[in-house]
Amino acid sequence: MKIFLYLLCVLSWVSVAQAKLNIVATTSDLSALVSEIGKEKVNITTISKPTEDPHFVDAKPGFIVKLNKADMLIEGGLQLEMGWLPPLVLSARNQKILPGNSGYIVASSGVHILEVPTALTRAAGDIHPFGNPHIMLDPLNGKIVATHVCDRLCQIDAENCNYYKDNLNNFIKKLDQKLPEWQKMMDPFQGTKIVTYHKTFPYFAKRFNLNVIGELEPKPGIPPSPSHLNTLIPMMKDEGVKLILIEQFRERKIPEFVSERTGAKVVVLPIMVGGQKEIQDYLDLFDYTINQIVTALKTKS
Amino acid sequence: MRWIIYTLLACILIAGGDERPFSITRVYGEVTSTTDKDSQPMSITEGQEETAEGTKEISISKDEFDEIVGQLQGMKELLVNMKRDYDIRFKEMQEKIATLEKEKKELEKQKSHILEEDEVTTAGVETKTLETPVAEEEPLPKQTDTSTTSPLPSQALSLSPAESALPSTATPDQSISPSIGQWSPAQPITLWSAGGTYMGLSFIGLFSAAASTAEDLESLETGAHDPIQRGFTVQNLETSFQGAVDPYFYGNAFIIFQIDKEGESFLEVEEAYLTSMSLPLNLQVKAGTFFTEFGRLNPTHPHVWDYADQPLVNGRFLGADGLRNPGARISWIAPTDIYTELFFTVQDSQGETAHSFRNEEALFGREAVETRVRAMEDLLYVPRIATSFDLTEEQTILLGASAAFGPNSTGRDKNTLIYGVDMFWKWKSRYAEGGFPFITWQTEVMGRRFEASEDINAGLPDEVLDNWGVYSQIMWGFKKRWMAGLRGDYVDGEEGATDPLGFERWRLSPNLTFYPSEFSKIRLQYNYDDILGNDTSEHSVFLQFEFLLGTHGAHKF
Repeated sequence: MKIFLYLLCVLSWVSVAQAKLNIVATTSDLSALVSEIGKEKVNITTISKPTEDPHFVDAKPGFIVKLNKADMLIEGGLQLEMGWLPPLVLSARNQKILPGNSGYIVASSGVHILEVPTALTRAAGDIHPFGNPHIMLDPLNGKIVATHVCDRLCQIDAENCNYYKDNLNNFIKKLDQKLPEWQKMMDPFQGTKIVTYHKTFPYFAKRFNLNVIGELEPKPGIPPSPSHLNTLIPMMKDEGVKLILIEQFRERKIPEFVSERTGAKVVVLPIMVGGQKEIQDYLDLFDYTINQIVTALKTKS
Repeated sequence: MRWIIYTLLACILIAGGDERPFSITRVYGEVTSTTDKDSQPMSITEGQEETAEGTKEISISKDEFDEIVGQLQGMKELLVNMKRDYDIRFKEMQEKIATLEKEKKELEKQKSHILEEDEVTTAGVETKTLETPVAEEEPLPKQTDTSTTSPLPSQALSLSPAESALPSTATPDQSISPSIGQWSPAQPITLWSAGGTYMGLSFIGLFSAAASTAEDLESLETGAHDPIQRGFTVQNLETSFQGAVDPYFYGNAFIIFQIDKEGESFLEVEEAYLTSMSLPLNLQVKAGTFFTEFGRLNPTHPHVWDYADQPLVNGRFLGADGLRNPGARISWIAPTDIYTELFFTVQDSQGETAHSFRNEEALFGREAVETRVRAMEDLLYVPRIATSFDLTEEQTILLGASAAFGPNSTGRDKNTLIYGVDMFWKWKSRYAEGGFPFITWQTEVMGRRFEASEDINAGLPDEVLDNWGVYSQIMWGFKKRWMAGLRGDYVDGEEGATDPLGFERWRLSPNLTFYPSEFSKIRLQYNYDDILGNDTSEHSVFLQFEFLLGTHGAHKF
């Protein structure tokens, strides 16, 4: 028993000596924000791959070890991670990252949530009962999340609080310089009508004034059906839809088919940081996305 | 204190001696009418003893008295009127408040409506205050729910004034308020959405239709939840409850309903257990009644299986219902970078859910002996080790080894040992949509060493019987919502077997599964059974269908 205690002391001392915080994030855009605030004072593990469908991620046992050693866990919330995170957290046996402790952050708290359903029935597809979870595609929500992260890092690691705060302010400054640029780029295309594959882009569309008038999916999580496409295609023609936004992991056949019929251009977008080589951080994500959209719209007109 | 009592006593004695009864009448109190109304002055004694200070008399004429009474009545009327006025005004004010409240609600509705369509405020406005550093440190009070951090002062930086005035929207850890407005009767009450309650509740129905060359499917299929007859089978109706009990424990319960061949419904408590959430030293305890963590398939429920029936070796060694019993399990995660977990389970060793152990129906033709737990070694012990790592970015492997040892019911001091290794390999595309495409390969090999005692009546000797079995399956999620699979089974023959349940046999099962959504599935499966023990072969076709209601379940790897 004594040896155990000595070991514990040594281990805890070693972990203090290392002084890097271990942080687990469920998605790579959350990781990107954590690294903006924590920089070299944090080790980050991301559970889902940036290229895959974030609703369906494998709860690999390897992550249990990461969560077991984590000082902080940040999840998007709104049930995005519901199908794969709970068993990992339960197996991790780590008090710090359980709900109710400062090492557990739900990124979406304090964000204005869109598409909160008023009625719950799965006849309407796999709807998220607390609203649309793809909040990170609005850069201003990124600001809120970054502030959450800074706040919690300060609680966990008060010594370096000023460091985190400086990083937060720098990040916010960078974002504030970028935002008008992005908006200027999108300005000529105010109110452009678009269709998306899945309801992944409402936050993005709202921020940059795109008008989402439909989805290829008849209902969330239900693949496009012929009958749905038969009503969607004429509607897209009537409305003059210019773009079809799809995520990287989507099959291409149906979007291409609809594109041929309607003349709307298919734009494939990474929805997470790291989805493309050139997307290294959170701001790159918008640089890339807006570039893709603007380029597509310019070639259209 | 004492002297007060003495004086009081004295007073009472003196007063008692007086002709008039001792009485204290108050001004405007009851006036004792006397026979001679006009001339008799009314005397109002103030309650002092006449002897002490002499009497004090206040005399007023009747007229004066009447006048005073009149004044008082006037005052009373005035007060009543005032009260009436006040009541009326109070009502008016209440009505005003109600209308104001209504207006406020409407305004809020409009506000949220405006928010939906709000123009992007210019960056200048939004970033006015950004130069100020983040709010001064205010350690948040420990809350029971971190999802609701107190609104950060710095949040206002990133929100337009209208937006920041909004209450933060519910997150899964809070009770739901489906919209910013008030609840209206038109909205259904979301009683059982996870997060809105303290408990996740779900109901799973699993059914199958079967056609087979075998007249008696039950002698072919080894699982209690397998299709058991030509025609339809209710395989499993599972109600599951789960949730955090408190900050220390997580609770799960699975209650099963089934309908047997005779049409009788029956109920089974499949599992009900607690799991600790954050013990120190990387430990975790599970206690209650639960599926033994032996191998890969045994701890799982029929609805997550990739086939319509369970592998032969599981049915034969671990029992038709799987190995499960009341008990406790402790597990430890090794402090390595590679996931390695050690499990140790102690459970009761009797009953049909401990098939190869103290089962009332002893195996290998022997009569079951009444056995009792006399010592620690009469329980069931199950150690297990599991490890998992990534082979490449898209490939992961999970390896495990388990053993289960405990007494069996053929006689005293007779034990059974089951041991096995399991392997699960998965490839999943980095561009997976809805989890597809993927390929998994799962294999389990098990051996059983059974000490059978002598049975004189049956003419069976005291011997040790060894058996083994294996299954291996490959599943290919080739397209979103579609999965194809192939499984091979082999079990060797048991000593003295009389039917396919004990014969040496192998089986091949291709199948195809379609998932209309995450919450339903339809599966078509063909079984080719080659029973070497009696040189026959059987063909079976199953059509399985499943639905899930309620909480979105989470999937383990």
